[in-house]
Amino acid sequence: MTARVFVPADSSALSIGAELVADAIRDEARRRGLDTELVRTGSRGLFWLEPLVEVETAAGRVGYGPIAPGEAAQLFEAGFLNGSAHPKALGLVDDIPYLAKQQRLIFARCGLTDPLSLEDYRKHGGLRGLERALALGSKATIEEVLASGLRGRGGAGFPTGIKWRTTAGVTADQKYIVCNADEGDSGTFADRMLMEGDPFLLIEGMTIAGVAVGATKGYVYIRSEYPHAFATFQRAIERARAGGLLGPSVLGSSHAFDLEARLGAGAYICGEETSLLESLEGKRGQIRVKPPLPAISGLFGKPTVINNVLSFASTPWILEHGAKVYAAYGVGRSLGSQPFQLAGNIRYGGLVELAFGATLRELVEGFGGGTRTGRPIRALQVGGPLGAYLPESLLDTPLDYESMAAAGGMLGHGGIVVFDDSVDMARQARFAMEFCAKESCGKCTPCRIGSTRGVETVDKIIAGHDRQKNVQLLRDLCEVMTDGSLCALGGLAPMPVLSALNHFSEDFAKAPARVAAE
Amino acid sequence: MSGRMAFDLSLAQTLIDRRRDTPGATLPILHDLQEQFGYIDDAAIPLIADALNISKAETLGVISFYHDFHRSPVDGRALKLCRAESCQSMGCEDLVSHLEFRHGIKADAEDNHSDLHVQTVYCLGNCALSPAALLDGVPVGRLDRDRIDGIVAAAQGKVQ
Repeated sequence: MTARVFVPADSSALSIGAELVADAIRDEARRRGLDTELVRTGSRGLFWLEPLVEVETAAGRVGYGPIAPGEAAQLFEAGFLNGSAHPKALGLVDDIPYLAKQQRLIFARCGLTDPLSLEDYRKHGGLRGLERALALGSKATIEEVLASGLRGRGGAGFPTGIKWRTTAGVTADQKYIVCNADEGDSGTFADRMLMEGDPFLLIEGMTIAGVAVGATKGYVYIRSEYPHAFATFQRAIERARAGGLLGPSVLGSSHAFDLEARLGAGAYICGEETSLLESLEGKRGQIRVKPPLPAISGLFGKPTVINNVLSFASTPWILEHGAKVYAAYGVGRSLGSQPFQLAGNIRYGGLVELAFGATLRELVEGFGGGTRTGRPIRALQVGGPLGAYLPESLLDTPLDYESMAAAGGMLGHGGIVVFDDSVDMARQARFAMEFCAKESCGKCTPCRIGSTRGVETVDKIIAGHDRQKNVQLLRDLCEVMTDGSLCALGGLAPMPVLSALNHFSEDFAKAPARVAAE
Repeated sequence: MSGRMAFDLSLAQTLIDRRRDTPGATLPILHDLQEQFGYIDDAAIPLIADALNISKAETLGVISFYHDFHRSPVDGRALKLCRAESCQSMGCEDLVSHLEFRHGIKADAEDNHSDLHVQTVYCLGNCALSPAALLDGVPVGRLDRDRIDGIVAAAQGKVQ
């Protein structure tokens, strides 16, 4: 019997040697004349165990990790093809508590299957959601998405079903489905993992949207910082076409739908939906005034559903299992599951998909095991560079849209960046303004100019100039930016600044540093 | 990047023509040109403008808006170093100063002729293994001073 060995080709895994490990295993198997099949998968999202090598056994998939390329021979020596003991053996991968305790709806297949095998995708439950949507028809499909309570996973949390219903209700000669895969928030990598590890799920979700609203063409806008995700996704589109999932007749139905992947060019603002549309049209990524809403007049002036990767990727599960089952996950108005991403200074960094409502502490301490440096946690930034910095005392905040807002923060795209006690929060506040200045599209004055003035003002505070007055000035400036910017960049950049000021005021009152300003 | 061919007007025209009927073709064309030549030569601007029926100013406006596009050739290897919050929490700023003070390589320097170019990027989606970078498109995670030294030495041809 051919032994099946699995090594991730996810870019995080590659960044610490997965390619070399795969080569070493292949060479070693050949040298020993063993009949093995090496499958390259996505990642399970247990990144401290990467490169994680798995072997198929009668009992299930057994894991070994983290494996260095030089350990390949040793693995064979120990008989890992039969799942034998080894110092790096982890037992059955599904039983690893980090994974076993999760509620994986979106990421159920990621790391398990060959991302580019449509056959593998089908074998593991793929395409059932789309098949049901085709059977239900447009109206009932949208009803399911509405009833599921699914809200936009990009960060804004707008009900996905309402966007779909709006676009479906407009008559037009052409409609578009656009996927926002411009995952620019630091501390987030779920979109990337999914596009590299289970791209057909996104294709299926977008196709469901296309069928539901009557769109025949879709675009996926992928950031250029994700070259591997872009390459994998392009190949997945080709295979989906060859397999009849995309094209003039979706799964043999009367619906046509095709996709194209487009590459961004290094602009954080293009994660804002209207900037993204401008960029897709070939222009500078400057935001648009809303209304008109993209759902009515979006890409090339046509009705456009624009959703995040995870929003689309949630819909196949919803259609397959029904809205009621989905809505049983979560709390309050935050229903379903959210892939949280544990990042930064964290011992066990990775992807943790759970129903909404788990607390920050369960994530960061329970799953994450505290800081990687072993020092105390001082701050968490939740929701990317525009998210609030929260102190250790707020670790018991539940992770859902409403609780996070009540705590003065936001959930965003579900990224959690951990900082230990060596962090200087005044520097972090300065960076928030600096980042806004660099990435502002320039449309709104408070964002374009205010952010630069913000950097200068924080510098004055750090240098000890007229502190009280400058802190007040900074707060005023934040208010102007919040109220006077059209989009979330200028509107939310004050959030990390103000939360740093409010929760970590001692860092703004330290003796001036001797280091010269940059 | 090294090993790219010199700018060639007729090849540029061919690349532009291949995409001119694509809806929203500007970015795909700019990516094709940069992929081929390593940068966008100013001589290509009127060709793009003409093909897409937009002004030269608009074309230049698009090129200058996006951080990725270069307007002059860049030699050497390219290290896109992440300096966003997750990598900050794991000491990426220490690596930036190490590059500058130990190796004399300044991030985002204007000089286009060195063995290693360090370009600041914000997030590579490898935040569980920070600090992270892309070296000529190849992901590198859990960077530290030693790994930076290795990358510099390899770029300068001192090893491998």
